[in-house]
Amino acid sequence: MLEDLLFQLQIGLPQVALGLVNGAFYALLSLGLAVIFGMLNVINFAHGAQFMMGAFVAWMMLSWLGIGYWPALILAPLIVGAFGVLLEKTMISRLYKLDHLYGLLLTFGLALIIEGVFRNQFGSSGMPYAPPAALGGPPVDLGFMFMPVYRLWVVVAALVMSLVTWLVIEKTRLGAYLRAATENAALVQAFGVNVPRMITLTYGAGVALAAFAGVLAAPIYSVNPQMGSNLIIVVFAVVVIGGMGSILGSVLTGFGLGLVEGLTKVFYPEASSTVIFVIMAIVLLARPAGLFGRA
Amino acid sequence: MAVQASALVGAPVNDAPGLLGLSGFGFNRAQSITFLVMLLLVVAGPFFLYPVLLMKLLCFALFACAFNLLIGYVGLLSFGHAMFFGTGGYLAAHAAKVWGLTPELAILVGTAFGAALGAVAGWIAIRRQGIYFAMITLALAQMVYFFYLQAPFTGGEDGIQRVPRGALFGLIDLRADMALYWVVAVIFLAGFLFISRVVHSPFGQVLKAIRENEPRAISLGYRVDDYKLLAFTLSAALAALAGSAKAIVFGIATLTDVYWTMSGEVVLMTLLGGLGTVFGPVAGAAVIVLMQNQLAELGAWVTVIQGIIFVVCVLLFRAGIMGELGRLLKVRL
Repeated sequence: MLEDLLFQLQIGLPQVALGLVNGAFYALLSLGLAVIFGMLNVINFAHGAQFMMGAFVAWMMLSWLGIGYWPALILAPLIVGAFGVLLEKTMISRLYKLDHLYGLLLTFGLALIIEGVFRNQFGSSGMPYAPPAALGGPPVDLGFMFMPVYRLWVVVAALVMSLVTWLVIEKTRLGAYLRAATENAALVQAFGVNVPRMITLTYGAGVALAAFAGVLAAPIYSVNPQMGSNLIIVVFAVVVIGGMGSILGSVLTGFGLGLVEGLTKVFYPEASSTVIFVIMAIVLLARPAGLFGRA
Repeated sequence: MAVQASALVGAPVNDAPGLLGLSGFGFNRAQSITFLVMLLLVVAGPFFLYPVLLMKLLCFALFACAFNLLIGYVGLLSFGHAMFFGTGGYLAAHAAKVWGLTPELAILVGTAFGAALGAVAGWIAIRRQGIYFAMITLALAQMVYFFYLQAPFTGGEDGIQRVPRGALFGLIDLRADMALYWVVAVIFLAGFLFISRVVHSPFGQVLKAIRENEPRAISLGYRVDDYKLLAFTLSAALAALAGSAKAIVFGIATLTDVYWTMSGEVVLMTLLGGLGTVFGPVAGAAVIVLMQNQLAELGAWVTVIQGIIFVVCVLLFRAGIMGELGRLLKVRL
């Protein structure tokens, strides 16, 4: 019995590895959502659309301008982040005094607009995006399994980016301002910190994180207008499970759930698309505030 | 949404009692008149417009009213109401086609399953409020979507097609559009009046108290969770009723009706018509359904237009059509 299970696991290891890659995206996206929510009290429904924009900007740079993967990994998040800043300045900032639900409705509308425009422009079918030559090599032997270099890179890059975000927020002066403004914005402003600008930049940074994940995703999934919307619903479930209280919590929950999803694909594939939602329901019944959340 | 409610009661309003015994449904004079106008439009409509289009409109209007029961009177924004709408559709279609039930029984089956799903989903979702509630209902709806995608009886991507309209009570043939139209009109009006009655009842007053100040309602001794769960289940059942009727009208139940875009659409209809207003969801549904009908050939641009309506409503038009109209006329609609 146990041997059977182990054998099945060994056969299915690529699926588990893919689960880890999905987990990397869950982690990056839920991290961005948590950063934005902490500062703006807005659930950014356009997060999936901005993830998709990141992938598309990278694709456009490559096929129209000949700009490769590595510059795109920096430039695409900057461009999409700037777009986010524009959205915050012109629209989202008008809603801070209202019920939080209006922020959700507004960003939902923005997501529809962005997705619709891209679908009109590029159709529904996906566009391929080749991984950079340096990462396109043969799979690496990890001792217990082989993993394509690019997927390994995605996991490492997501971990590094999460660590950087954590360091910025927990260990720098800017992060201290951010945390203080999350607790009491008026008081921080009274100390002479430009809080509105900080909010704008936080939104831009969260959006840039989504776009960064989008560029990472471009070579794995085909670049298509719907790539973000289904993902973001899963990420919402991840956020509900983990709670938005802590950065490390988001990252841990993201990777953990990706892994669980991968394992489900091996042992009970029919449930692989629903397992995260089932876990969400169980967590809500047992611990409504989420695994890392504060009630 | 407390902000919404206070915006509505801010201006002095003319709250004269309703006409013709309609005050029993909580209608003031303006609402009674609006109801009679709506009744007239429902009766006269099929003589001017294509009945199938009007039936679609009435189904979505009831769907939006069911959704409004939660957001407007309990302050809970569900982003997953498509799961009930679609469940009603699938179960009614299955009951009518495979079990061979008459349409009214098929619709009852769809409604009953929607209510049961609502009870379970509500039990899970009411543990959190605000945006978390929205995210949870969205995630649960996505789970239900995947279930229907894989379940053998739904026909996957094809859906359940060629559902017979059958004969009402086994007697009245509904294959003629006009015959079916009156059935759908009665379902819509009954559902609409039922919601008005519920909202006007002591139960509805407690719901509003929860919306305005939940801790206070708890401190007054109300079992807030029980009230929320009952309201959620009612709302789900009515959404399923609307979905069941739609499946019988079009003879088809597909994944479109359980997908998250459908959940978004009903939010849009209600927001455009006016959150928490009595007639807003109907007005919003009418505008959106007629717009989709006019713009069908534009394809993906319809999504963009819907997104733009969302943004404009949130930024500039939060009271919606009926809210703004009411403010203009100094009445509640």
